[in-house]
Order: sequence, then C-alpha cells, then structure tokens
Amino acid sequence: MPIFKSRAVRVITAAVAVGLVATGCASERGKGGDKGGDKDTFVFGAPGDPGSLDPALASDGETFRVTRQAFEALLEHKSGGSELVGGLAEKWSSNPEGTVWTFNLRKGVKFHDGEAFNAAAVCANYDHWYNWTGTYQLDAVSYYWRKIMGGFAKNEDPEAPKANYKSCTAKDDSTAVIEVNEPSANLPGGFSLQALAIHSPKALEEYKKQQATSKGDAITYPKYSQEAGTVAGTGPYRITKWNKGNKEVSLERFDDYWGDKAKVKNLVFRTIDTEDGRRQALQAGDIDGYDLVAPADIKTLESAGFTVPTRDVFNLFYLGMTQEKNPALKKPEVRQAIAHAIDRENIVKTQLPEGGKVATQFMPDTVAGFSENVKKYPFDTAKAKSLLAGAKEEKLSVEFCYPTEVTRPYMPAPQDIFELMKADLGKAGINVTPKPMKWAPDYLDATEAGSCDLHMLGWTGDFNDGFNFIGTWFAKKDKQWGFDDAKVFDSVNAASKEADPAKRVDAYKKANETIMEYLPGLPISSSPPAIAFGKNVNPPNVSPLTQENFAEVSFK
Amino acid sequence: MLRLVVRRLLQLVPTLLGLSVLLFIWLNRLPGGPASAILGERATEAEVARINRALGLDQPLYVQYGRFLKRIFELDLGTSTQTGQPVWDEFVLRFPATVELGVAAMLIAVAVGIPLGYLAARKRGGWLDVASVSGSLVGICIPVFFLALILKGIFAVNLGLFPSYGRMATGLDATSVTGFAVLDGVLTGEFDASWDAIMHLVLPALALSSIPLAVIVRMTRASVLEVLGEDYVRTAESKGLERKTVRGRHILRNALLPVVTTVGLLTGSLLSGAVLTESVFSFGGIGSFIRNAIDARDYPVLVGFIMFIAMVYVLINLLVDLAYSVIDPRVRVH
Repeated sequence: MPIFKSRAVRVITAAVAVGLVATGCASERGKGGDKGGDKDTFVFGAPGDPGSLDPALASDGETFRVTRQAFEALLEHKSGGSELVGGLAEKWSSNPEGTVWTFNLRKGVKFHDGEAFNAAAVCANYDHWYNWTGTYQLDAVSYYWRKIMGGFAKNEDPEAPKANYKSCTAKDDSTAVIEVNEPSANLPGGFSLQALAIHSPKALEEYKKQQATSKGDAITYPKYSQEAGTVAGTGPYRITKWNKGNKEVSLERFDDYWGDKAKVKNLVFRTIDTEDGRRQALQAGDIDGYDLVAPADIKTLESAGFTVPTRDVFNLFYLGMTQEKNPALKKPEVRQAIAHAIDRENIVKTQLPEGGKVATQFMPDTVAGFSENVKKYPFDTAKAKSLLAGAKEEKLSVEFCYPTEVTRPYMPAPQDIFELMKADLGKAGINVTPKPMKWAPDYLDATEAGSCDLHMLGWTGDFNDGFNFIGTWFAKKDKQWGFDDAKVFDSVNAASKEADPAKRVDAYKKANETIMEYLPGLPISSSPPAIAFGKNVNPPNVSPLTQENFAEVSFK
Repeated sequence: MLRLVVRRLLQLVPTLLGLSVLLFIWLNRLPGGPASAILGERATEAEVARINRALGLDQPLYVQYGRFLKRIFELDLGTSTQTGQPVWDEFVLRFPATVELGVAAMLIAVAVGIPLGYLAARKRGGWLDVASVSGSLVGICIPVFFLALILKGIFAVNLGLFPSYGRMATGLDATSVTGFAVLDGVLTGEFDASWDAIMHLVLPALALSSIPLAVIVRMTRASVLEVLGEDYVRTAESKGLERKTVRGRHILRNALLPVVTTVGLLTGSLLSGAVLTESVFSFGGIGSFIRNAIDARDYPVLVGFIMFIAMVYVLINLLVDLAYSVIDPRVRVH
C-alpha cells in the first residue's frame, strides 16, 4: 500500500504542476478581450472556411470576407454604407445607353507581387474571365461572372446565356473602357463585386498553368486557389498562409498600399463553426471579433463590455407560396388572407435583433427603388377569415416547410418564427402541417423544386440595385413560386433594361407596386445582422453588405 | 502468426466491397445532392441540373458505382465536392488531428481507468470503489458533447486555463513533418509547438475519454474481482509469492484480457465521439469535416471515410488478437 500512497501523491503533485504551468501559459497567451496596446494580430472568428483564395471562383460570403482584405475591385461601397464609390477606379462614367463604361484608374497602385496596376491589368482580368473554358464555365465556379456578364467568349453549354461582355480596352495607362452588348441593371453595381476584383497580371499567367478540372464526381479547384503564394491583389493586406488543418487564413499588412495603411500588422481569420463556440472564444479572449451573433447573445455581450454593432438592414426575409403545388394558393384572395393572418410586427419584435423592420415589399428600404405606395396587408385575422370565406377556402390546409439547424442573417431562429406563423395561420382557420427539414441540401432542394406549399427564405444584397433583389425572384418563371405572370415579369425586366439610373429607380418602384398587388409571397422583415468585437478593439465601420474592411480595425 | 495477419487482411476485401455497395445505395436514397449544397439558396433548377451533369450525378447508379470502383482500384478516393480537393489530401490533412485526439483520450482512459478499476476491485466496498463505480456511471450517461461544453465553459471560458478552440495557437508557425502536432514539435525541436498542441488537446481529450474511461474502469474492476476469486490467485498467495508478482502476473495479466478487447473496440468508436467533440472545440480534425460532408452531401468524402473506418475496425481487431496472444500465450496454441 505505501507504494500506491506515494504514487498517488506523485500523481497529485504532477497534476498541480501541470495546472500551474497551464495557468502561467494562459496568462502569457494574453486575453484578447481585455489586454491591448502591444497587440499586432487581430483574430476574427469566421463561421465557415473560405472556399478559395481566388474570389473569381467563389460565390460565398466567407471567401469574400477573407479575399476582400487583399483584393480590390474597380468600384467599392462607401465604408459602412451601400453607396457606390471609387475603388481602383477613382471615377467612372457610362454612355447614355449604359453599354460603354469608362474607368479613370487610380495612379501609383501596386500589386502585392510588385507589379504595377494599370488599365492593361484591368483588361487582362476581364478578358481572363471572358475566355474561361471547360470547368470554369460551370455556375459553381463562375457564378458571379455569369450573373453579371452572362456567358463566355465561346459558350460550351448550349443553355448558357449569350455573353453580355463585349470588350475591354486600355485607352491609356489609367483609362480602361469596358463595353457590354446590352444595358444591364447589374451594372455598375457588378463592377464592385469581389468576384470581379482585379488580380496581378503576373498572377493571372500563373493561374492559367493550374487549371480547374471536373473529372469524375466533382470539381477540382486549381492549386493556386488553395494555397497562399500565387494570388496577388492590391488590398491593404496580402494573404500569406492558409493553414487548413488549423482552419486559419493569415494575412499581413501590405506596406506599399496606396491608401490608408492597415492599423494592425497581422490579420487572421479562424473558422469556428458554431455560434456558441465563437461567442465563447470571444469571451475567453481567444479571438478579437466574430460574425453572425445570435440575437439572444447581443445583450449578454454588451453588458459584459463587448462592442456589438448592428449593421444597417440590407436583407429580406419572406414567406414563399408555391402556387403550382397547392392550387388554392393560385387564388389571390387566399394569398391575401395568409398575408393578413400573419402578425409580422410580432415576429420582428420578438425574433429579430433591435433595428429589425417589417417588410412591405421584396426589398429593404435602403435599396433605391423602394416604394412607399405598395399595397399593404396589415395584420387582421377577421379580414383573413372573410377573404378565405369569399374564396370558399374556409378549410384550407397547407404544408409549411421550414429549415432546421440553421441561422441566416435574415432569419435568426427559423423554428421559432415558424411557430409564430403557424399559430397566426391557425387563428385564421388555416390548418398547417409542419415539414421541418435540414437546411442543406434537403430544404434548399425542396424549396427550389417547389415542393412546399409555404416556405421561408431570404436574401442579402450583393450591391445596391433593385434588380439584385426582385430580379432574383421575379424576372422569370421559377418553381419556388410556381407562377407565370407576364405583368409581373415584364415590370421587373423593364426596370432592369432601363439605362437611365433615375428612370430605373422609378421603374423599380412600379415593379414593387405590381408585385405587391399580385402578392406572390409575403415579405416579412429586414433585419440588421450583428457582429461582435473584443473590449479592447476599435471596430471597423460595419457594412450593411457585410463588407467590413479590417484595415480600419485597431486596438485600444 | 503471419497466416493470421494475411487471412485477416484478405477478409478486408469482401468486407469493404459489401460495405461500398450498401453505402452507395444508402447515399443515393438520401434526399438532395451536392449541387444545391454547393450553390446554396442562390441555386436555380437549371444551375443544379448543369452541375449534376458536370459531376456525372445524372447517370444511373451502377455507372456511378462502377466509376467509383474503378477509382478505388486506382487508389483514388475522388474529389471532395465541398472543397474541390482530392479526398485523400483532405484526409491526410485532418486525420492526424483526430488520431492525436483519439490517442490522447485513450491514453487518459487507459492510464486512469485500469489502475482505478484495479484499486476499486481490491478495495471493494470502500470509498474509492463506490466513487469510481458511481463516477463511471455518470461518465457513461453524460453525452460527450455536453461534457465537452461544460469543460470548455469552466476551464477555457471562465478560468482561461486552456484554449477554447482549435488545435494550435493562432499564427503559430510550426513545422509539419508527420502532421501529428505534438510529435512534430518533438521531432523538430520546437517544443513550444508541442506544448501548445498538448494544451489544445487537454479539454477535448478529457471529454472524449469519458466513455472509454468509464467502461475501462468497470471492465477492469469486474474482471479483477473475478480473477481475485480464482484458485490460482489463492494458491499463489498461499505459496507466499511476493505481492508484486501476484498482482502483476496472476491478477492483472489475467484480468486484462477482456479489457484489451474492450479497449480495441472503444478505439474504433472514439472516432464517432470525435465528430461531436471536435465540433464543440472547432478542432481541425476529420470530425467536423465529416459533419460538414454530411450536410453538403459530399459523397466521395463520406464513402472514403466510412470505408476507412471499416478498415480501422478490422485492423484494430487484428491488433487486439495479436495483443491477446502476447498477454495469454495459450491463444497462440489454439
């Protein structure tokens, strides 16, 4: 027995020693949340890994969040706003038809690899994308190019739209002219997209040597897009390392940056998949900020001294109604009854973070084209009942799909929101059959295929143009809504082809009024997604487009 | 011995083939496919169809299966639809983290569980026995992820003793040789990296070790109790053999046989526990990758992973049998 006693003593001593060393280590590690001054690394907790270091190949926010710090586009959005301002182009203009876009470029701009930025570099990029072939022509790879510019020099897919991009000409070193075949609502907003950010021509040449392939069951992304080293932009930071094992992308201040230099030397994005995990990492001082804060956590964090700015609203959350699935939904009175039955005010009050608004149309009020004159459908259970009676649908039953295990910036707690809507619909006499589904791919597949009577979805805008919202849903027939109404489609498409910006805004207003008269679904709300920062952090201007510039961050 | 090894390895072939067929059928019965997972809420019907065509997912099941088998024979696991990188590369990148976590958890479970179980049996009815039996019951009952959350809440968030997430400190530029962070630090002389990796391992490994630890304590205790009552122990003791010899050679050695089998099986099941633990600690191992792969219907990754697990199980069983023959030489005779 003495042996065990002495062993036990040894074990306890060792444990205490480990504990002491660990405590020492922890204090050395520094608590990001409350220690500042000497810090030269800002660590941001991202909800997901980026997919690529070449933003042209991506369409997801997590990729853009990282690449935005290193790559700049011709146009940008005003810091903290959604107004278009000069980026790599100081000024820009177009001909009255909106087909010739002239960019006066910034002088003295250098790429991270030492190359000079000029009009030839701009054209090299646009021509590079336009001449993509094979795998690059797939939506999964070139989503935004296809959305903004249509197709390619040689479309390999017979269904692909005709290219709208015509040419890019370097008139002189600091003037680039981009021509398109037809005016488009996607321009000039599209010129601000990360997917169309400008890369160094030297890097572009390297890119061509490492092609993406789609052999077998999947698309293989080119090597350069997965390892730091080749990519080079003009941004305030340059990407130095992507440590996939540690789920971390490291960036370093680019000292030759043309604008205001980044205030913090190193910037690291670390993926922490869960909302709780990100919050706890911030509370523990392991990270200096994170995104997609749960509305329920905002107060807790704020009262503990963290900064939790909310962005301006730039998203829309809606209730979709699929007319082809349930013929009763084809009747306008039934759709109106559903709209009157739901207490949207209550949803906004109880489910959304402060600053959330009830939506009256399919775009937030921050987008040019928002109309004050749309038909409104206030909460009125009695009216809903009488509309249903008029349509002879007093015993209406609907299947209502909602997603589980997901939060989106526009939809913080889908299940809770669903429960509220179900109760409201029930009060109006509508029998609801719940159909919970896993977000991806089950729910997304079901809504896209139009196999739910009712469903909830939304959208965060890419840039401030009405078409980016209503054009997404109502420019053509879509199974999600299951209706084919020329009046609605024409009103949206007419607006998108209007070259005069002022007239286009009017056309969007009209389109919104037409859509809300027809009522294909019910816009519910727009909500401001929150982002959190450590106690010792001076946060950047938060952007309604979730396009924060981390070069603005500093430590107190 | 060699024949046993070869025979067991050959058994892998039909096992994996059968499993691959079942897997293929199962995966294809799941609703949805990778296309909408790749495109998210922005996908349109035409875009989904285009991707399915490009990925060959519109072809009949047997064609897809044939293509998969052909690739397997070429030792190619395909490409992950989530990341667009070869599945093999993704595994090589992430498995060391999970293996490291599993080994650490198992080391804790064995190093604590066997002595504790032994002591509990020797002091049957004493406070240590009662504490370890009830403690192990709690260990089995508490879900791993819940324990992980509690440990993290107390020791990382509130006390700040350990990091709350990840496998390495931010920006730590450690040289990677084998991919096993602790080992790499030792091999390259970067001991701070090893230490950092150990600190990151402590909480997830403790959480993950809870079930194997509890099982091992109970198994060892029961097994030692059984052996204690055997005639040969009484004989050995009455012959006046040294205590150490009786404990080591007569009691522990015999009592350990069923424990070794259990440890083997638990090692396999650790991988599934790791999925949840890694997710709580955002540990960059295979666990969270697989969870995402399920969400994204990343078929090549799922098939590759499940096949790999099957292989691990078969190999662990083989190792268990080999360990048996070391502990109990009679096994070799039979």
